[in-house]
Amino acid sequence: MKYVDEFRDGELARGMARRLAKIVRPDRDYRFMEFCGGHTHAISRYGLEDLLPTNVRMIHGPGCPVCVLPIGRIDAAIELARKPEIILCTYADLMRVPASGGDSLLKAKAAGADIRMVYSTLDALRIAETEPQRQVVFFAIGFETTTPPTALAIRLAARKQLSNFSVFCNHVLTPAAMRAILTSKDDRVELDGFVGPSHVSAVIGVTPYRFVATEFEKPLVVTGFEPLDVMQAIVMLTTQVNEGRCEIENQYGRAVSPQGNLKAQAEIADIFDLRESFEWRGLGEVPASALRLRETYAQFDAERRFAVETPVARDNPACECGAILRGAKRPHDCKLFGTVCTPETPIGSCMVSSEGACAAQWTYRRFDEPTREERMAS
Amino acid sequence: MTSVKAYRRKLDLKSGRVDLSHGAGGRAMSQLIAEIFHAALDNEWLRQGNDQSIFDAPKGRMAMTTDAFVVSPLFFPGGDIGSLAVHGAINDVAMSGARPLYLSASFIIEEGFALADLARIAESMGAASRAAGVPVITGDTKVVERGKADGVFISTAAVGVAPEGLELSGDRARPGDLVLLSGSIGDHGVAIMSKRENLEFECEILSDSAPLHGLVAEMVAAAASSLRLMRDPTRGGLAATLNEIAQQSGVGFRIDETAIPVKPEVAAACELLGLDPLNVANEGKLVAVVAPEAAQALLDAMRAHPLGRDAAIIGATVADDRRFVQMRSSFGGSRIVDWLAGEQLPRIC
Repeated sequence: MKYVDEFRDGELARGMARRLAKIVRPDRDYRFMEFCGGHTHAISRYGLEDLLPTNVRMIHGPGCPVCVLPIGRIDAAIELARKPEIILCTYADLMRVPASGGDSLLKAKAAGADIRMVYSTLDALRIAETEPQRQVVFFAIGFETTTPPTALAIRLAARKQLSNFSVFCNHVLTPAAMRAILTSKDDRVELDGFVGPSHVSAVIGVTPYRFVATEFEKPLVVTGFEPLDVMQAIVMLTTQVNEGRCEIENQYGRAVSPQGNLKAQAEIADIFDLRESFEWRGLGEVPASALRLRETYAQFDAERRFAVETPVARDNPACECGAILRGAKRPHDCKLFGTVCTPETPIGSCMVSSEGACAAQWTYRRFDEPTREERMAS
Repeated sequence: MTSVKAYRRKLDLKSGRVDLSHGAGGRAMSQLIAEIFHAALDNEWLRQGNDQSIFDAPKGRMAMTTDAFVVSPLFFPGGDIGSLAVHGAINDVAMSGARPLYLSASFIIEEGFALADLARIAESMGAASRAAGVPVITGDTKVVERGKADGVFISTAAVGVAPEGLELSGDRARPGDLVLLSGSIGDHGVAIMSKRENLEFECEILSDSAPLHGLVAEMVAAAASSLRLMRDPTRGGLAATLNEIAQQSGVGFRIDETAIPVKPEVAAACELLGLDPLNVANEGKLVAVVAPEAAQALLDAMRAHPLGRDAAIIGATVADDRRFVQMRSSFGGSRIVDWLAGEQLPRIC
């Protein structure tokens, strides 16, 4: 696989591990948060932690759009889907996310709601065109990466004057979440730097993260999702820490330019504007952290068209997803992890999404977890 | 007499469709069976036209399996539901080391299904069973109303005879055994996905759908007493198969990522869709757990057979109360190879 195998070369990785071992200072710890679930996935899947010196610790961050969506928004989507006139279109990984009362989109679908899994926003648009008698609502989630396709669908719907297509917008913004982590009042985790988002940065560029270095004095390296990318980013972060630098560096130059994709940014700006505040699972209300449709496109806004209200919904009180998303706890610190909460029976969103920290730990690394008995005894 | 005349008109295999009368037990059904199924699957047992077939039972132990096929799309690169239904049942019997003898086939057809497609499926089934030397000797046809099935569902059963003294079973893996895999993984699943609605992509990968009893016979001949068990990693892929065996035998596995054959095109398609080839379905591959001393002889026997040309030793069985399947990655790190949770679905970003 050209252009991929090069970034999975075991020999190169071991070379980098040897280099890292040489440069880490034995008298200190290095705590780096990988913001994106894609990085968490790569670290677990390739067993990268086995290659790191013991004083370099990776902390899993909140960067999974499925994990950070609050339960009330899933409840609202289920409510929409239960309306007989509505076809709710969604990306597949939302289907199993637990909603209130043990519900989920998958269960609502089994009970008769018309919920369709789509691979792209254009599939949803196509359904709206072929079924003009029904209202098609696209359940839009994701960071800046998945926002341009939603914008494109809205633009096309406007051009085609589709009156039966709308978007339930849950797009969220990474820089705002990063700020929330760095200013969190409860159990804030000590960090020495960030492995920064890659696909997101392909859209927004590198500059929106400048504040991490200037205001909070943390280094950040925008990093690709391949395992060698992550290893290289860890070497770059360690070097910055050792040299007392706090800079925003771009390891992912093959896809990310400093200014990002200007065309996509213009498209997003034309169709969306900022919500004053949006609830994130684990981070609570985060100001200016999410998007909604502009007034000009109000007719395509499912929240306005169907007067959607987001019910107040609480997570299972024993679920530690919140602290895990902030990096303050590890999956096995949650007493539900691996007992009642597994990928087959997820309680929290970190176990549902394949990018979630708990799912990654359970799926790839649970051999180094204490057993339930060991945890009870400790 | 006009109705008789109409009845004698042959089925319109070009543009005709299955209707409810084709499953009602009357003349229309009899005609459908004669002109499509008997024509495609013809053999001495079917020709007798009975509701069952009598056959000679060889001395020894019999193996039997049944399987249902609900694949979508019905036609895919490298095969279709008909040949798949033949290969699937043959392989389930063959994994016991048995020689498959006969098949049955049951069809549930949706009203409105094109007769041309049904004939194509039946012909493919006939060709597959003739090539494998395992005839379909009895069958059944049902037609359900439009919307109550997805085109056609096929259920097949197979019977075979197991060699004396050969005891292959999922609970027989022991620490120190070696794991053999007959070839590259993920071909079937990727071939199917390449034709799924909304997901069509250009792909030269063909399904690996194939009958494995010939390969199994070679392995039994090479070192029957060293074979602990065999299994074909179909739905759930290699990952599910190894986890099943780990549970049944109460052992763990250590496998090596670099030893597992994956075609570059399959790896690329999986990469694009965010899937893991270890979880993707196969229809013409087998996994064997074998005593270490015979592993090389078995590997040689597999590689001498066309369906085992790319066979490899991919790992070993280890003592592990937690029954984990662990894989050493190409990086030298370790990770668990788990069952798939739910359905394997593409990630959003």
